[in-house]
Amino acid sequence: MTPQEGFSPDIIGFLCNWCSYAGADLAGVSRFQYPPNVRIIRVMCSARVDPAIVLEAFVRGLDGIMVLGCHLGDCHYLTGNYYTEKRVKTVKSVLESVGLSPERLLIDWVSASEGERFAALVKEFTETIRELGALGKEANCDIQQLKTRLAAAKETLTRDRIRWLVGRERELTEDKNVFGERVTQEEFDQLMFQTIEKEFEKRKILISIGDDALSIKEIARKMEASPGKVLRNIVSLEHDGLVSVVGIEGNSPKYRRVRG
Amino acid sequence: MDDVRVGVFICHCGTNIGGFLDVLRLVDYTQSLPNVACAKDNKYTCSDAGLTEIKNAIAEKKLDRVVVASCTPRTHEPLFRSTCKEAGLNPYLFQFVNIRDQCSWVHMQEREKATEKAKALIKMGVARAALLEPLEETEVEVTPCAMVIGGGITGMTCALSLAKRDFEVKLVEKEERLGGTLNSLYRLYPTQDEASKLIQAKAEDLQKNPKVEVLTSSEVKEVKGFVGNYDVTVKHGENDRLLKAGVIIVATGAEALKPTSMYSYNGENIISQMELEQRLEKGKLNANKVVMIQCVGSRNEERAYCSKVCCLTALKNAMLIKEADSNAQVFVLYRDIVAQGTQYEDYYGKARETGITFIKYSPERKPVVEKGSVRVYDELLNEELTIPYDLVVLSTPMISHHDSAILAQKLKVPVDKNGFFLEAHVKLRPVDFATDGIYVCGCAHWPADISESISQAYAAASRASIPLSVGHVKTEPLTPVVNEDECTGCSLCELTCSFQAIRVEETEKGRKAKVIAASCKGCGACGAGCPHKAITMQHFTDEQLLAQIISLGEVKP
Repeated sequence: MTPQEGFSPDIIGFLCNWCSYAGADLAGVSRFQYPPNVRIIRVMCSARVDPAIVLEAFVRGLDGIMVLGCHLGDCHYLTGNYYTEKRVKTVKSVLESVGLSPERLLIDWVSASEGERFAALVKEFTETIRELGALGKEANCDIQQLKTRLAAAKETLTRDRIRWLVGRERELTEDKNVFGERVTQEEFDQLMFQTIEKEFEKRKILISIGDDALSIKEIARKMEASPGKVLRNIVSLEHDGLVSVVGIEGNSPKYRRVRG
Repeated sequence: MDDVRVGVFICHCGTNIGGFLDVLRLVDYTQSLPNVACAKDNKYTCSDAGLTEIKNAIAEKKLDRVVVASCTPRTHEPLFRSTCKEAGLNPYLFQFVNIRDQCSWVHMQEREKATEKAKALIKMGVARAALLEPLEETEVEVTPCAMVIGGGITGMTCALSLAKRDFEVKLVEKEERLGGTLNSLYRLYPTQDEASKLIQAKAEDLQKNPKVEVLTSSEVKEVKGFVGNYDVTVKHGENDRLLKAGVIIVATGAEALKPTSMYSYNGENIISQMELEQRLEKGKLNANKVVMIQCVGSRNEERAYCSKVCCLTALKNAMLIKEADSNAQVFVLYRDIVAQGTQYEDYYGKARETGITFIKYSPERKPVVEKGSVRVYDELLNEELTIPYDLVVLSTPMISHHDSAILAQKLKVPVDKNGFFLEAHVKLRPVDFATDGIYVCGCAHWPADISESISQAYAAASRASIPLSVGHVKTEPLTPVVNEDECTGCSLCELTCSFQAIRVEETEKGRKAKVIAASCKGCGACGAGCPHKAITMQHFTDEQLLAQIISLGEVKP
């Protein structure tokens, strides 16, 4: 991909107070120079970074996001960064569903003594995003479609089912369950992927319907998806009580969102 | 939020900021931001003049939020917070914007772009400041009682030290009598004092002290609570007793590795150093030719560490044998003699003078114990020696107590890969756990000799007496708040929290998460993972973070 002419990316960096923020300060004290594209938001622990907030930053048009914490094993709060790792992995997976490069989201570890490393990371990440271009360039869709997908992605990450799975990943894959069994990482990733896909598609349908009453064909056209796929998901949405049939036009039922 | 009045103070920091950013342009820009009641620049905001200006502005301009754009919150946030407090403003209504360490110092050649970045950072800071809420530190009373787990030399010393400070102490020992490992030792290096005398003296002091209650044949069954307010259930026979303690000290010691299936160990003429202690005490050695082998079961793949006390123990016992019978032949087969410190170096020198033979072997060519003799390749002579013996003594390392992992789970504190209790910080907090109000000392933490164990016991007693003597613990208000209407009691937060600071309990509305503020460290991991977004992290709320993101979205061209 060739870099966009004159494109200067807007990047947010979520930095934990104890390691990476201190590392960023050290880069300053040591006068390591790096590109001025990153705006830092300080949090006490990288585990404060809610997946939905990361998505919100993309919704607001940011081109890249860095989440930096203490090195694994060094977390000021003992285990926070292990959760961050799992959460960011999930957001990356959702970004792929949107059609965005997962490289737009970086997770890495910077200790309080790694000022030079922090500067290098910012430099490298800024360059990566500059090459990717403005947000959505790689998604091959119009701006409206991108907005729908990002909104659906954000809603996906607020779904309890997804959040519950993310929160349990360490326990499920690392410890044995009450039956003495352990879920393999592969099995878990597969389950996670399927759950994300399903939630994401369903959210997209809901957003596409909006306040209208639409047939499956109309929804599929709006989403640029196959009617078969829409049908499968709309049945599930109907089952969840999130859409209902409000009338039939010709042979096609029309669906409307159930609000509240 | 419309009536919020934010005051913004932008620091030149001499030329550290002013030399690389257009500060006056930042002031102009800041004045145009919503909710900003005043924006000023200072040569040094942290100087007396700067701080006075903030205080005056709070009064004159009726500010209810203060933003300082300058160096870094890591060094200067406490100062500006207390300035706000002095002026009657809640310190949590203060917001820091880092335009030096993370802006002027790292974009020194890019005045224009760096100034634009600083504008964005200030805008983000002002947006967050407008949403800040006043927070109050809370105080929790501390139960003026310490529980010491383990009645060996370390636990006894720690308990006595706390009792002498007039705190109540519960000393819990699993065995029938106090003394721990010292009960199995004869004499102690480097003074050659009898272990039993030391134990007896300590035990008598403890019995005499009315502040200490000694609970022998007792075990910790369950631990609940947090710093200042621990509820510990102690099992004594069939009976459980609930004890309240403000702090807990872990002094459970270690055990010596039994050299089963190493070097033909048989417990008769091939014994461990611990077994030798007992034979020496009874005066029944019946051996004239003694071979000691060091590093048995330690400094290998399975146990990489050096147990540190075994060299000196071997020196001591070798000297005791020579003392009893100067004609006895004693060989010490070693890899390295670990005897640091002037006292111990001298002790080693003394041992050499008594005529003990030291032979260096390498882990690649370990000694071989055969019937009646030991074959060893002497690394310094470069030749194989055959040494006849009456008795072989194996120096094994201290290993973590077999119960340590179970106790660690009850206390919710970590152990290292060898099963020893793991302190909060190897250099800076050597006797604290990361969990407030729990401390560790002696061999529970790592192999230590008696003087080290006693030092650590004093250290732990001293650390533990801080919350006990202050009488209350203050908790930073960076804690989560649970919205009970949204909470489903799924307990994911409980799983996520490393500090047991959030617990699902039965309430009138069903199972709901409850925050234990005194235990909470304020990381925010629970809220960011809550499936129903029922947890709000105070001072780092979603709204506050989003305000920063949104204001950044707005400055996009």
